Amino acid sequence: MARTGILIETENNAVKDTSLGVMTAAKGQEIIALVTDADPAGLKDKLAEFGAAKIVKLAASGGDITASPDLLAEALAAAVKEFDLTALLGTASVPGKDLFARLAALMDLPLVSDCVGLDLAAKTARKSHFSGKTFATLKVDAPVLLATVRPNAIEAEPAPAAGETAEFTADVTDPGKLVIKEVKKGDAGKIDLTEAPIIITGGRAIKAAENYKMLDDCAAKIGAAVGASRAAVDAGYAPHSMQVGQTGKTVSPRLYIACGVSGAVQHFAGMKTSKVIVAINEDKDAPIFAKCDYGIVGDIFEVVPVLTEKL
Amino acid sequence: MKIFVCVKHVPDTAATIKIEGDTGFKDSEIKFVASPYDEYGIEEAVKLVEKNGGEVVIVTVGKPGADATIRSALAMGAERGILVTTDSQFLDATLTAKALKAAMEKDGMPDIIFTGKGSVDSETFQTQYRLAGYLGMPVVNDVSKLTVDGGKAVAELEVGGGDKQVIEMNLPCVIGATKGLNEPRYPKFPDIMKAKKKKIEQMTLADLGIDGAAGAVTLEKLEPVPERSGAKMIEGSVEDQVTELIRILKEDEKVL
Repeated sequence: MARTGILIETENNAVKDTSLGVMTAAKGQEIIALVTDADPAGLKDKLAEFGAAKIVKLAASGGDITASPDLLAEALAAAVKEFDLTALLGTASVPGKDLFARLAALMDLPLVSDCVGLDLAAKTARKSHFSGKTFATLKVDAPVLLATVRPNAIEAEPAPAAGETAEFTADVTDPGKLVIKEVKKGDAGKIDLTEAPIIITGGRAIKAAENYKMLDDCAAKIGAAVGASRAAVDAGYAPHSMQVGQTGKTVSPRLYIACGVSGAVQHFAGMKTSKVIVAINEDKDAPIFAKCDYGIVGDIFEVVPVLTEKL
Repeated sequence: MKIFVCVKHVPDTAATIKIEGDTGFKDSEIKFVASPYDEYGIEEAVKLVEKNGGEVVIVTVGKPGADATIRSALAMGAERGILVTTDSQFLDATLTAKALKAAMEKDGMPDIIFTGKGSVDSETFQTQYRLAGYLGMPVVNDVSKLTVDGGKAVAELEVGGGDKQVIEMNLPCVIGATKGLNEPRYPKFPDIMKAKKKKIEQMTLADLGIDGAAGAVTLEKLEPVPERSGAKMIEGSVEDQVTELIRILKEDEKVL
């Protein structure tokens, strides 16, 4: 059986749900779960349930792998050789995309970034081209397939396996090219937009920065993240880190609720692979209603508070 | 200070992509532009040279028509351009990086290389890393703030969840630019006229000793992402609408 490595992302010492979807992408393969930043013993049950034959705590002799993306890439390259992997997959999160690009450059191997589908036996991957307007199927001809999977694009399915724990310390050092001087914490406790299972977005109709609190309140009830349209960001109502769409984040949650978003093609480019899209807009002719699943014509300042109350 | 900016010639993001055959698209009817994130790189490079002196050189690997995209970058204040021509819109990222490296080495090495954080056509998000790897330079992507001083660059980037990192590296380095870094200028008419006289050096992949067919990633199929056919509209009072929506999301769609 071909052996596939999965780089596991964790939060508060628990496996992120997005990583479970990545494991499902490797269904049918012998899965080696690679853990960098948590105690594998605490993750064992979950990772075994979703298919990990082996759970490996990865470390490097040359330092703390969680503190340097270049060192982590070196350690992963060593793990690919150590475990004789034919594929290594990760989450297309902000750090995941950065890390896999470093790894691909280091190993001089092809990489398919932000896949929405994978066939490891055929070595094909499906991903967005032209900012969400088309899907491309790519065939990869390489001894090791490197890919990142779009968060939530592949639904996690249980596939119980042994889940033996092990440790591997790669004999590698940091190339020392980057020095992380500072980490500036954003709003603590906020769910990352690209990885969120549910997103509520406010468009131009939100009218003021302080009105995002209404969406924050709603989001807090259902574990959602809050996004913004480009129009709202350009008007100064929200920071760019919240922007969904062409020049912002690409997201694929199971539920996307657009509040007062008109629905430009550039906005759809960032969210059209969401499972269910709901739009709330005062304008019954807003373009968004032509391309979403469910629509409510109404004032967001009337509809959203009722939604928050009933959720 | 010499700065290269890698600019990709891509379909305008508002363009409708009409697929032709299995892997082609009709490019004769659509407008091509510089990939949006690359514009932040051009602006930052031009600002650095305005402050420190030197020159900004645009480097593009693309179809022959990409010279128009290079001209638009020259109108923003770059000094000259280099176009490595290829006949495919989707050149393997490894080959693109090799072509960029070879063209840069031929021209003379820079202090900084800018790219966009990714291109909006093939969205591979890796060429800048490969280029940095081949040149042995540090690379940081998604950069929304940059200070260059005394042979060092300090970059600020978002790392997810609203958190930001501040990373220091020595020059020369590769910086992937994103929105927030600056506000790209709109060229004025005299700048556009001046850009017409600026030099664009052309060469082919073969001139640089690169086989365009040697990539390890092949595009097998291009297909439109299915569009939704229109929303099911939920009617009634606000109370009724919200109650029905929650019922649908819980019972029918099972997403709540």
